[in-house]
Amino acid sequence: MSTATSAKPRPTPGLSPARKAQNAVMGGLILLATLLVVAPLILIFVYLIREGLSAVNLNFFTKVPAPEGEAGGGLLNAIVGSLYMLGMASVFGVLIGIAGGIFLAEYPRHPLMPTIRLVSDVLAGIPAIVMGLVAYGLIVLNFGFSGFAGALALGFLMIPIVVRTTEEVLKLVPQSVREAGLSLGLPQWLVTLRIVLPAAAGGIITGVMLALARVAGEAAPLLFTAFGNPNVNLDPSKPMSALPLEIYRGATSAYDENQRMAKAGALLLIVLIFATSLLARRFSRKV
Amino acid sequence: MSEPARRLPTRSGMSSGSDRVFQSLILILASVIVLVFVVSLYLLGKDSWPALQRFGTEFFTTRTWNPVNGTFGAAAMIIGTLVTSFVALVISVPLAIASALFVAEYAPRWLANPVGYLIELLAAIPSVVYGLWALFVIAPVLARWQITFFNPEYPERLALYTKCAGIWANDQTTLQCFFVPSSGAGRGLALAIIILTVMILPYTASVARDVIRLVPADQREAMYALGATKWEVISRAILPYARAGIMGGVILALGRALGETLAVAMVIGDSQDIIKSLWGNASTMASVIANQFGDAQETLHRSSVVTLGFILFFVSVGVNLLARVLIQRLTPKGTR
Repeated sequence: MSTATSAKPRPTPGLSPARKAQNAVMGGLILLATLLVVAPLILIFVYLIREGLSAVNLNFFTKVPAPEGEAGGGLLNAIVGSLYMLGMASVFGVLIGIAGGIFLAEYPRHPLMPTIRLVSDVLAGIPAIVMGLVAYGLIVLNFGFSGFAGALALGFLMIPIVVRTTEEVLKLVPQSVREAGLSLGLPQWLVTLRIVLPAAAGGIITGVMLALARVAGEAAPLLFTAFGNPNVNLDPSKPMSALPLEIYRGATSAYDENQRMAKAGALLLIVLIFATSLLARRFSRKV
Repeated sequence: MSEPARRLPTRSGMSSGSDRVFQSLILILASVIVLVFVVSLYLLGKDSWPALQRFGTEFFTTRTWNPVNGTFGAAAMIIGTLVTSFVALVISVPLAIASALFVAEYAPRWLANPVGYLIELLAAIPSVVYGLWALFVIAPVLARWQITFFNPEYPERLALYTKCAGIWANDQTTLQCFFVPSSGAGRGLALAIIILTVMILPYTASVARDVIRLVPADQREAMYALGATKWEVISRAILPYARAGIMGGVILALGRALGETLAVAMVIGDSQDIIKSLWGNASTMASVIANQFGDAQETLHRSSVVTLGFILFFVSVGVNLLARVLIQRLTPKGTR
C-alpha cells in the first residue's frame, strides 16, 4: 500500500462485474447450503418437542409400557435398561479403550503398535449392526438373548472411540512431564499411571462421554442381542429393553399411543445425548 | 544443583521388572482390540459358510431372495445399498463442502463455532430418531405428492402409470417409468436416499472443515494479494489444496452410508425385488439384516443374512482403509 497508488490510480482491470457477481452468487449458495444442512437438526428438535413433550410426565419415568393399543404407561423399562447396558458396556469399552490408548501413545516403538492402531481404526468403521451379529454369535447363540449380549455389542462400538481420544490426549501431555517423573526415580509405569493419566484425565473423560453419547442411540445391534423387554429387568442374563429399541418399536407400531411414547422417548434420548456431548465439550474445551 | 544420584542411570534399574509387568498388562488389554476383530471375522465367516458353500458366487449375482423355497441371491440388496449410498453421497457432498466452507471461511468467529457445533450434533442424532422423523414428517409429504400425481384431472398420468405397471410386472423398468410413483405410501427408495443424505452430511462436513483449516494461510494471502475474489481464492487455492482430504471425508461418509441401518430399514419399505422405481420399495443389506435376522429360523436363511453382514464387514474395512490412506497422505507433515 504505497502512497503512489492513491496519488495516481493505475488503470488496473479491477473487479469485473462478472467476477463480482460470481463471487456473490457462490457466497449466497454457500450460505443457503449451510442453512439446508442445519435445517434438519432444528426441524427434528422442534418436531419432537411439539409432539413428544406432552407425553413426558411422571408416568413416563415411573411406569412400564401399557399393553398394545392401551393408553398410559411409560418407558421406565427402557430408561433403566439403557442405563444398565451403558454401564456394563463402559466397564468393558473404557477398560480396553484406555489400555489401547495408553499402549498406542506410550509404547510407540512396540512392534505391535501399528497393527493395533490399524485394527482400532478399522473397527471404528464397522457398522453397528454387524457388531450386533458378532455379539449374537458370541453370546446369544450360547446363552440366549440378554442384556449382557447387548452391552457387549455396545462395548465393542465404544472401544475405537475411547482408544482414539485417549491416544490423542496422552500425546498432548508434554514429554518433559514424563521426563520429570522419570528423573525423580519413578518407574515408567508409575509415571504413566500417576502423572500422565491424571494430567490427561479431562480429555479421557471427554472421550468416554462422547463414546457413551454415540452408543446410547444405537438400536440396531440391540435388536437381536438385548432384544427388548416390556418389564423392568435388572438381570443381565435376561432380555433387556433400551430407549432406542422402544423408539424403534413405537415408531413402527400402528397404535397412536405407542407412537406418542416413541416420540417422547426420542426427545428424551436426544436431550440426553446433546447434554452429554455438550458436557463433554465443556470438559475439554476442545474436540 | 543437587548431588548426582548414586543409582546407576541405566534403564535396567530396579523398576524394570514392574515396568515389564505393566507393559504386558497393557499389551494384553490392547490386544483385546485385535481379538475383537479376529473373533468378528471368524464368527461371521463361520456363520456365512453354509450360504456361501451352497450358492457360491451366485449369491452375489442372482436376485431371488426367497426364504420360502430357500434360494438366496443378494444382488437386489447389494444394488439397493450401492444406489442409496451413492445417490445420497452425490447430493450430500456439495452441501457438506459448502457448509464446511461457510464455517471455515465465511462465518465470523461468533457464528462459526455454533454452526460447526450444530453440524456435529447432526451426527449425534441416533439413527432411530432419524427414522422416526422421516416416517412421521417426510413420508407424508412425499405421499401427498405421489397422490397428486394420480389426480384424475390428468388422465395421461394414469395411462403412464398403467403402462409402467405392466413394465414393472415384468421385473423391468425404463428411464421414464423409474420416476413414476409406484404407490402413494411415501416410503421407499427416495425417502431412504433423503434420510441417508442428511445422516452422512456431518461426516464429510467435519472432515472437510478440518482440512480446509489446514490450508496454509500463505496460500490464501497470495491469491488475495493478486486481487482474487473470495470465491476465486476458495475455488483455486483452497479446494484444490484440500482435495485429497475432502475425498477422505467423502469416503468416510460412504462407509457410514453403506452400513447405516435402522433409519433406512424403517423407511425403505423392505422389498427384496430389484429396484424398479425411485418411489418404490427396496432394501439394503443392512436393512435386510435388521428386518429379517430375528425371524430367520432356517440355517440357510440365517446364514444368508449373516453373509450380508460379512460383506458389509469387508466393505467397511476396505472403505475405511482407503479413507485413512487419503486423509493421511494429505495431512501436511508436522501438524500431527
